Amino acid sequence: MTSIPSQDGGKAGATSSISVLPRLVNFLILIALDAGVIWFLSRLVSLGYYPLAAAIFIILIFVNIVLLRQAARPIRWMVVGLALMGLFTIYPIFFTVWVSFTNYGEGHLITKEQAIAQLERQKYLPEEGRAYSWTAFRSPDGEYALWLRDAEGNGYLALPGEPLIQPQPGEMGIEEFDDRGIPATIEDYQKINAIQAATDKNLTEILFGEEGRTIQVRSPSEAAELLPLYVYDPDRDAMISQESGVVYQNLRGTFTSPDGKTLRPGFVESVQFTNFRDFFLSPALRGPLVRIILWNFAFALFGVLFNFSLGLAIAIMFNDKFFPFKKLIRSLLIIPYTIPALITILIWRGMLNPELGVFDRMFEGLFGWAPPWFTDQWWAKVAILIVNLWLSYPYFMLICSGALQSISEDYYAAAKVDGASPWQQFWNITLPLLMVAVGPLLIASFTFTFNNFNLIYLFNQGNPPMAGTPTPAGHTDILISYVYNLAFSGNRGVNYGFASAITIIIFLIVGAITIFQFRFTNMWEEVSENV
Amino acid sequence: MSSLTAFQRLRSSANVQRRFSIGLRLVIAAILIVFAIFPVLWVISASFNPTGSLATQTLIPANAGVGNYRELLNSREIPFLMWFWNSIKISTITSLVALAITTAAAYAFSRFRFRGRKAMLRGILLINVFPAVLALVATFLMVSQFGDVIPLIGLNSHVSLILVYLGTAMGINIWLMKGFLDTIPRDIDESARVEGASDWQIFIKLILPLLRPILIVIGILNYITSYGEFVIARVLLKTAEQYTLMVGLQIFTQAQFQQRWGIFAAGALIGALPIMIIYLALQDQIVGGLTQGAVKG
Repeated sequence: MTSIPSQDGGKAGATSSISVLPRLVNFLILIALDAGVIWFLSRLVSLGYYPLAAAIFIILIFVNIVLLRQAARPIRWMVVGLALMGLFTIYPIFFTVWVSFTNYGEGHLITKEQAIAQLERQKYLPEEGRAYSWTAFRSPDGEYALWLRDAEGNGYLALPGEPLIQPQPGEMGIEEFDDRGIPATIEDYQKINAIQAATDKNLTEILFGEEGRTIQVRSPSEAAELLPLYVYDPDRDAMISQESGVVYQNLRGTFTSPDGKTLRPGFVESVQFTNFRDFFLSPALRGPLVRIILWNFAFALFGVLFNFSLGLAIAIMFNDKFFPFKKLIRSLLIIPYTIPALITILIWRGMLNPELGVFDRMFEGLFGWAPPWFTDQWWAKVAILIVNLWLSYPYFMLICSGALQSISEDYYAAAKVDGASPWQQFWNITLPLLMVAVGPLLIASFTFTFNNFNLIYLFNQGNPPMAGTPTPAGHTDILISYVYNLAFSGNRGVNYGFASAITIIIFLIVGAITIFQFRFTNMWEEVSENV
Repeated sequence: MSSLTAFQRLRSSANVQRRFSIGLRLVIAAILIVFAIFPVLWVISASFNPTGSLATQTLIPANAGVGNYRELLNSREIPFLMWFWNSIKISTITSLVALAITTAAAYAFSRFRFRGRKAMLRGILLINVFPAVLALVATFLMVSQFGDVIPLIGLNSHVSLILVYLGTAMGINIWLMKGFLDTIPRDIDESARVEGASDWQIFIKLILPLLRPILIVIGILNYITSYGEFVIARVLLKTAEQYTLMVGLQIFTQAQFQQRWGIFAAGALIGALPIMIIYLALQDQIVGGLTQGAVKG
């Protein structure tokens, strides 16, 4: 077809005079959308979520360009989909890449500025610092004042940001002191009772008195002149303790003293290739990782091989127009595929349950012994392959019987004339021709199985556990379930950075397989061919 | 005379052979069917087993009763109907919106020629082959950051879950849909365009009705995928009344699996039934869609 495609719908010029109003409405909607998103962005920025804000900003610009430029008209048909894809599929990929080069994880969740600000809020009582007992007052508009009494019994009024004063009765609305030397009222400030004051969280945050000699509430009985415990020194990139003079040097996102003491919280910082280096080189991790990777590939390979073989065998066996009950048999055989995978996996978990499950009771009855499906690593792997077979053979059965019907009978007729046995017919005609149609699906199925998190997580959560690993890992864990443990299980501390590094490595494996799939098949050409 | 009997003998021996072969295949079919439906029968039996525990179950339960179902539907601890409703709501909205996004995009890819068209089509395919599970950590952090500004699109919200699902709407289905659109002759559009119809009118009035079969297939595949999705929902949803059915069933079975086996079985059956019915009723259409390249997700 060589008809000239209409780039802009062709009729834009002719209809413009009648479509002014709708266009104006569209324009106003766009402005409202922009305003809303920009407000959202400003909030994200104020919370320090810069990468997310940047991503949304880029998507917003893209949407505006597409909606305002005539040349981008065809893209308008997919702008919603592209925006959602950008935010929920592409941004997470970039974010994962970024996280994989950081120490993001437990103890390293906030930015460096936030961590320094938190640390600089910590105070200590210097040797020459003075301590007071205190009583709190509050004004109707929520301002606080402290009445302080030092060891000699002198009373002081402390207001935020002002020097201490020693008012006498009659001044500042103070009428008289009670027997402990505390005024009943101060101007419009009301006394807060001791219990309320002790539980008022605001009170400990407020700095009373003048700059440089501030007084803070330290405990229900004591307020004191406190100084910041740590001061950040940008030149040395270190926190310096004002009390002891110890220098806490920034070490991979944690301020650490020379004798190994660390300050909490730490912060997110780039660690360059450390996570990747750990993946490949760390001796503690290598043991479990090598085993996980080997099992991951074996699982995907054997999983697809078994499922495909069974599916193909069934398809060939019943690929016969006149076979009795054909439709009924197919309907019954695809039942496993019609049940949501999660439910299926949990059913199998129940049926294979040690001692109580139906299979174990059956085995016990027949042989007096039952395979330890959950406690022995090899039997656990066998169990997973069996469940996987039950889950997915119908898929291959369906696509193989579809593909078989497209193979012309003439090939077989010719083969019979040449005296080829059924076995030879299968290897020389059926399988090669089938592979043309089913090959790409086999590869797609391999990558799907390679990352079949649901099966592993729901069936036995990667158990039985491997002994003596630095982070929790099991004998049936695959890479993605291991990543999930690292990121979400949290019983030994989450480590998003390392989890993301492994994720990137899985990305690369899956990407390589997929590109191979596109090369190997003509999917690329088919997808983008012209009409 | 003799040649006739020889022929007859040959034919009857072929017949015997064929009968034997069919008989053998029927036996194999029976074995396979047992493998395929035994777990289903076992769960049906468990759901009617009055003791409700894994250990005491037999294939035909003694004193069968609907006690497990009653407990499932009335229990305060398990808001089963709410989970069921959540799942239906989320999958319906997701599949309809995803269908709209996919169809409109595929229409543009099929009918318009613009710069970067091939690159975009390839890019969309390539990006969506990355399993969503891999981006789980990033998705979780992103949604929790959203929630710090607008709780409605933060953690524990169905809106954010649907949005995350929609992020992958334009995957392999665009390929399916575009393939189907390409088979509709462009002459139809051209003649309508000559009569002054806009692209939008052509799409809605002419093309959409022709797409019905593929719309049904993709809609159902989308529905089944989001109905059965578990990992993302598990990570994003936090409280029992927000769970989808899959998350609810999984969390419910984490504790005391053996004792709760009967109730789980009842819930599993009710949960699986809608999808099973859809599949078996529309198996021909779905098989057609599957063989064109969708993998069960």
